[in-house]
Amino acid sequence: MLNFSKINTLIIYFIFFFIAFFSSLNFQNNENLLIDKKINLGLDLQGGSYLLLEINSDTLVQEKIQDKIIPIKKLLKKNDINFSNFKINNQSLTVLIDDIEKFDTYFYSRKENLVNPYIDNYRSYELTYKKKSNKEIEILFSKFGLLTINNAALKQSIEIVRRRIDDVGTKEPTILQRGEKRILIELPGLKDPERIKELLGKTAQLNFRLVSENNEFGTDELISENGEKLNVSKRIIMSGENLIDAQPNINNQNNQPTVSFTLDRLGAQKFGRATTDNVGKRLAIVLDGKIVSAPSINEPINSGSGMISGNFSFQEVTDLALLLRSGALPTPLIIVEERTVGPDLGEDSIKSGTISLIVGFILVILFMLYKYKIFGLIANTALIANLLMLIGILTILESTLTLPGIAGIILTVGMAVDANVLIFERIKEELKTEKSIIHAFDTGYTKAKITVLDANITTLIAAIILFAFGSGPVKGFAITLGIGIITTLFTAYFLARHLTSIIVLNSKNKEIKI
Amino acid sequence: MNNKFNFSSKFKIANSLSLLLFILSILFIFFKGLNYGIDFKGGTLIELRSDNTDASTIRTLLNNMDLGDVNVKKFGQEGDYLIKVEQKEDDNNKIIPKIKKNLSDNLIAEVNFRRVENVGPKVSSELLQSGIIAISLSLAAMLFYIWIRFEWQFSIGSIIALFHDVVITLGIFSVLSLEINLSIIAAALTIVGYSMNDTVVIYDRIRENLNKYNRLNISEIADLSINDTLARTIITSATTLLALLSIFILGGEILRGFSFAMILGVVIGTYSSIFVASPMLKFFKVTYKTLEKEEEKIVP
Repeated sequence: MLNFSKINTLIIYFIFFFIAFFSSLNFQNNENLLIDKKINLGLDLQGGSYLLLEINSDTLVQEKIQDKIIPIKKLLKKNDINFSNFKINNQSLTVLIDDIEKFDTYFYSRKENLVNPYIDNYRSYELTYKKKSNKEIEILFSKFGLLTINNAALKQSIEIVRRRIDDVGTKEPTILQRGEKRILIELPGLKDPERIKELLGKTAQLNFRLVSENNEFGTDELISENGEKLNVSKRIIMSGENLIDAQPNINNQNNQPTVSFTLDRLGAQKFGRATTDNVGKRLAIVLDGKIVSAPSINEPINSGSGMISGNFSFQEVTDLALLLRSGALPTPLIIVEERTVGPDLGEDSIKSGTISLIVGFILVILFMLYKYKIFGLIANTALIANLLMLIGILTILESTLTLPGIAGIILTVGMAVDANVLIFERIKEELKTEKSIIHAFDTGYTKAKITVLDANITTLIAAIILFAFGSGPVKGFAITLGIGIITTLFTAYFLARHLTSIIVLNSKNKEIKI
Repeated sequence: MNNKFNFSSKFKIANSLSLLLFILSILFIFFKGLNYGIDFKGGTLIELRSDNTDASTIRTLLNNMDLGDVNVKKFGQEGDYLIKVEQKEDDNNKIIPKIKKNLSDNLIAEVNFRRVENVGPKVSSELLQSGIIAISLSLAAMLFYIWIRFEWQFSIGSIIALFHDVVITLGIFSVLSLEINLSIIAAALTIVGYSMNDTVVIYDRIRENLNKYNRLNISEIADLSINDTLARTIITSATTLLALLSIFILGGEILRGFSFAMILGVVIGTYSSIFVASPMLKFFKVTYKTLEKEEEKIVP
């Protein structure tokens, strides 16, 4: 165990210096270097906001199932299937039909099935039905149909969240999908997430609908900005989708903040036609189910641009313009988790983390020197090498250092010496019975090897499980702990052993004390 | 370590003590309960810094807001306070700006909001669930690893020791009403790793000595092995504790719970590998024949 061939020695030191080199990248301004790698600081260290949002697709599913009513009725009529009692439930439709078998063949047909398309990816139809009784069936989305709706809504939400956040102009935001329903947002350096939360809390579904005089069928009663109850037609003339730009403005005439908007061609056509046909009537501008304003149409508007005014402050029109520009969210977003750390707490954490790391390190080094003298020096050299390699690997992986991550490093410092302690104690025992010192060292290393491996693998298992199940900062702890074990094994079994072999082989079998 | 301790003569006393502490811990965990932080209970946490105020002033201001259960206490250095608001049925998100505004308007000195956390009920129950899964899974993984590397008696013995460590650590947290949060779960898992590490070192030696001295009974073997590895056990615990004490004293308020749990874990884990894991082998009547049987199985 003490003989190292030249090539092995070379490989060991090459690996060490190669990895340790990367740790140096963190301590210099490396904008000009070819390798631009650094350990990132977690939000808990540099300050910032973490938000976890969840989409709620219930209302969306409700809308989507309602969209199926007309196609399904058409399908039934076209194929002469008698039906009655068509009912709309929360997320399903029920209907009484006379020939379920016949319905089944048309409902589940692969050919040009526009009512219930076959989704190739999932090998499933979009809809499914359940027999409630002999005649009654319930039509609802299949598991994969729901998944498709959910995925589409999530993807679209992420896109819109990204646009809104980019528009506010925070630095380096991270926006990621988490699971099937969630969006994770990290905003480094952000002190107060309230504005972002407010912007993400609105779906911003804008539509233009006519106000009708009487509460005839097909109207909603909505309350306008000045408390007036208005009956608004359910028919949507034009929605926010047709907007290509929206900007905050100050109206020249009354100095009121307004939002001016520009429509795409289709929107301009629709808007032009509707305003031409309905001069004199009032047009309700509805945002998220509330009337923002309901001005009268004085003349046809064909220019494809317009203005929204209401009781707005300038901040409100700025936000409204931003929301309209970025588009509507398909479903409301709920904030299920929020963590914000102020920049000065982050700084304090770095400071106290670093101090405790240095103090812990010095204490361990002094203890080892006191306990093992010259071999303590070897263990300490291995410990320093260990730390450099650990930081080097974290740099190569460009991982994120969190406060628990720092704790993981300190813990590694304390536990890393264990490998060398196990070996040294074993050698001590061998020295008692063995006459040849070289032989004693050799068997010491060999016998301790299995124990060192067993002992470290158990900790590694804990670290891996922690990594798999931990969230956020805890993951950072698991990473440093896990990598720390690997670098510990390397430094104890290669570096420290090589250093030990130099001392032992040069001692020419003279008395060596451990 | 030249002078040998007779550990096995203390096994009975130690085991009774362990059993007592274990039962007490379970009773405390069940009846007094654990003090879950917002990570697992849901709710809102605000850490703020402001001069010329005190906890009761902040409490009075917040009590006027009808927030339900509010807890205000000093935290770390002078002028730092920690506010915890329980999870209400409606969204806690909306109350954060209101609390901030109320405090900023009514406290004398400027208020610096150093940390704001809000965990919804869904996420908190998921976090708790994944925490429990993580700990159970790591115990299972350890059980499996030891079973492969040693024999089943060793595997069960080490798991009982681990269980002992985790339960007593949680019991102490319950007695002292210390908060259980995500970092405590991380600490518990590290304790599992550390305690296992310690146990494996002794078990390794027991296995080696069983093969070497097949005239000795298991108590004598355990005694011998514990003494053989005692220097290592003490030195490694010492360096780990030095590092942990450094975090505990200098690492700031946020790491305090974590490092305290780890310190407890290291002490209990070291104790249990000597006084719980080793006697278990005697309980299972392990002899050198146990090892031979295994070998026969592998090479028929």
